Amino acid sequence: MSVVTRVIDFTWKVGGQQGEGIDSTGEIFAQAMHRRGFYVYAYRHFMSRIKGGHTHYKIRVRSGPVWHRGDQDDLLVAFDQESIDYNLPQLRDGTAIVHDAAFVARVPEGRELELMPVPMTRLAEEQGRSIMKNMVAVGVSAAMLGLELADFETTIRDRFGDKGEQVVEANRKAFMAGYDYYKTHFTPRQVLADVVTDRPESAYLSGNDAIALGALVAGCRLLFAYPITPATEILYTAFKYFPRYGGAIVQGEDEMAAAFMAIGAGFAGVRAMTSTSGPGLSLMMESLGLAGIAEVPLVIVDVQRAGPSTGLPTKTEQGDLNTIVYGSHGESPRIVLAPSTVADCFHVMGRAFNLAEHYQCPVIVVSDLALGLSRQSVPVADLATGTWTWDRGLRVTDDELKDVTPGTFARYRLTESGISPRTVPGQPNGRFTSLSNEHSEISVEEESPENRVRQMHKRMKKLHGLDLSDWALEHHGPERADLLLVGYGSSYGPIAEVWRKLADEGARVGRLHLKALWPLPEAGLARYLEASRHVLVVESNYSGQVANLIKLRLGFKDRIRSCLKFDGNPFTANEIYRMAKEVV
Amino acid sequence: MARVTVMDYKQSIVEPSTWCPGCGDFPALAALQRACAGLGLSPDQVVVVGGIGCSSKAPSYFGAYGFHSVHGRAIPVATGIKLANRDLTVVVFGGDGDGYGIGLSHFLHTVRRNIDLVYMVMDNHIYGLTTGQASPTSRKGMKTKTSPYGTAEYPVRPLETALAAGASFVAQGFSGDVKQLTRLVEMAIKHRGFAYLNVLSPCVTFNREDTYDFWRENCVNLDDEPEYDPHDRTGAIRVVLQHEGLVRGLIYQEERPSFEAELPGLAKEPLARQFDLSFPEQDWARILKDFA
Repeated sequence: MSVVTRVIDFTWKVGGQQGEGIDSTGEIFAQAMHRRGFYVYAYRHFMSRIKGGHTHYKIRVRSGPVWHRGDQDDLLVAFDQESIDYNLPQLRDGTAIVHDAAFVARVPEGRELELMPVPMTRLAEEQGRSIMKNMVAVGVSAAMLGLELADFETTIRDRFGDKGEQVVEANRKAFMAGYDYYKTHFTPRQVLADVVTDRPESAYLSGNDAIALGALVAGCRLLFAYPITPATEILYTAFKYFPRYGGAIVQGEDEMAAAFMAIGAGFAGVRAMTSTSGPGLSLMMESLGLAGIAEVPLVIVDVQRAGPSTGLPTKTEQGDLNTIVYGSHGESPRIVLAPSTVADCFHVMGRAFNLAEHYQCPVIVVSDLALGLSRQSVPVADLATGTWTWDRGLRVTDDELKDVTPGTFARYRLTESGISPRTVPGQPNGRFTSLSNEHSEISVEEESPENRVRQMHKRMKKLHGLDLSDWALEHHGPERADLLLVGYGSSYGPIAEVWRKLADEGARVGRLHLKALWPLPEAGLARYLEASRHVLVVESNYSGQVANLIKLRLGFKDRIRSCLKFDGNPFTANEIYRMAKEVV
Repeated sequence: MARVTVMDYKQSIVEPSTWCPGCGDFPALAALQRACAGLGLSPDQVVVVGGIGCSSKAPSYFGAYGFHSVHGRAIPVATGIKLANRDLTVVVFGGDGDGYGIGLSHFLHTVRRNIDLVYMVMDNHIYGLTTGQASPTSRKGMKTKTSPYGTAEYPVRPLETALAAGASFVAQGFSGDVKQLTRLVEMAIKHRGFAYLNVLSPCVTFNREDTYDFWRENCVNLDDEPEYDPHDRTGAIRVVLQHEGLVRGLIYQEERPSFEAELPGLAKEPLARQFDLSFPEQDWARILKDFA
């Protein structure tokens, strides 16, 4: 590969009314930039409606890795005045707004922003259809940034090829109409021209894509789910691949059905899961209790969005943790894993299924909207299999059952670890009835205090001593630090950028990304907290749920502070930076 | 294969029944055992799934694999089991509260899904386990602990509902006629698709109105109606309406592909038999190319 000719860090945004094709404009631009060899991070801002309301698609293009949409915008393509007004705060001074000449654009006095009117709708209409103004906009952007039609050819073909050669050609023409108009009327800025990057071979995918693929590779063959933003894309990706491996996707009538179907399949010996978001997770609470007491493997993915209730259904938040850790009735063991990056989303699924089958309990994988929906360039090497090895848990073999008298198999046998070897239906002589009631070792309803205490101990002790510190803590920087930044999920990107900036300024700062939240990886976490003068826990909610969990389990109340955000948008690096400066 | 007898089931029952003497669920459970044995099904290949309620305890009293799950959710649990291992015979055994109250939505959606399950509902028009509250099938005006002045609601009409929802197998049995019930269960097991069998099963402790005598005297036995055609859905709805649900026998049956057969991709071999799940490296490399 060739060398990087210069460092690129550029953000492009397109804004308009929902239903106008803003998403496809963004997707085409992003995909093409990924194929051009850049690292891309694409963030979609949208509303819960089909038509109307401001929407935008922001793409950060870098010559090096990127995990974050970036704080500012370097170019805005606006189809209406609302897009300008809404996005003004993020627009960097000295940059440009390309807008549809169909309206007269205004910017406040004092802002140094160049307005570039391009008759995008008219040019599209000249090509036949006004919706192609999106492709005109891509052409305009390309001309401005020093890109050529060749950089977009395969993306246009992939996107419109199914609709026939005519549609492909019409889109190429629309692209060129925008491209030529820009070149005739304005001077190219050449920001992305002639850049050669040394990015290794990379895939372009979202956290949701990676979760579906991770589940597939982990041997999950049944996915039960009810559609809900922002988790539904997991289904879309699974639909493409599960059937090729004998697997199936079932859309349940509600989230309860989905979770209980997954429990049924887990009981019968198949890796099964359900994916949802907060409101669906609430409906699944009773399933956690059942999987807990019946000791059935169950994997639930929660792609968090802003609640409570319908809340901000298309906006990001990390407000479900209390429910995830404590929700449901009674007490039963559970494990909570938290991917931080798209690559993590892929790798975590194998671990989730292993842990669920090993400990025979629910495992909840907690993601968030910003991680789940943002497509990103991820080096293929980071998506290599082999970060975990297979563990299907304790299963009794048919051979071991040969001399067992039917009805005597002790499914809930008291063992040292609390984990009892299990049979699955179909195995000769292994039969038992799994019970949601308290039960004896041979799974007979049994309410004596002695049995109750024995079985509670048996279930709860399964996770005693489970500490995932060895892989669930990603730490960077000096262990002895004046400031430790802590977070999970999509805050990874902004935290990483703040950390770099503070380190460049000479601060002794570390960053720690938690990839398991329950049981908390206490051994490793305590060591890092011990060695840090100040700790700033960054999370997207009002009450500081992770910080509270850490304080509850480990203390360190005096040194832990929270950096919180709950307005529906992901953190910017600057928000964390300002708070970090207050702390140290 | 050795002949299967009812004893093969009974020998592995370890939990004593808590049903009241005379409970209508006993004959229904016996009918299920006889039908399974009669069809030569090994108890290791049968799973009985219950929700919550007296009848939902059946898995523990049956002698096969079982799952006594939670209130209203037996059908989804059974659906997961069947999709995981399509060689198994999966029977859901529950009550009217479980199936027509808290679980009604699952019932209707499973009807349209037509997955190959048997669904036996012990319909006694009362909540028995919790000692006598109104159920979704309690007659209007029935006095119970939660309807001291008589229920104000009309009952769910499960047979018409299932027929209207497109069920591929609808039958009603009566605990007072084990012979017919056994035959209906056999038909239900053999039916490829969702076989729904409502069983008029008296609660001898908490319901003094819907008794063995009442149902024996008032039910029309379709077996005695040679003209009746169980392949005519309109006729089936008509006969149920005409007799206000008081019919027994096979009410309706049609052959059509089951959910497992229609579900794109689902392996013909039981998924549960794949123990080694290792994923081919070259496949993974190829999949990643789709995201280039």
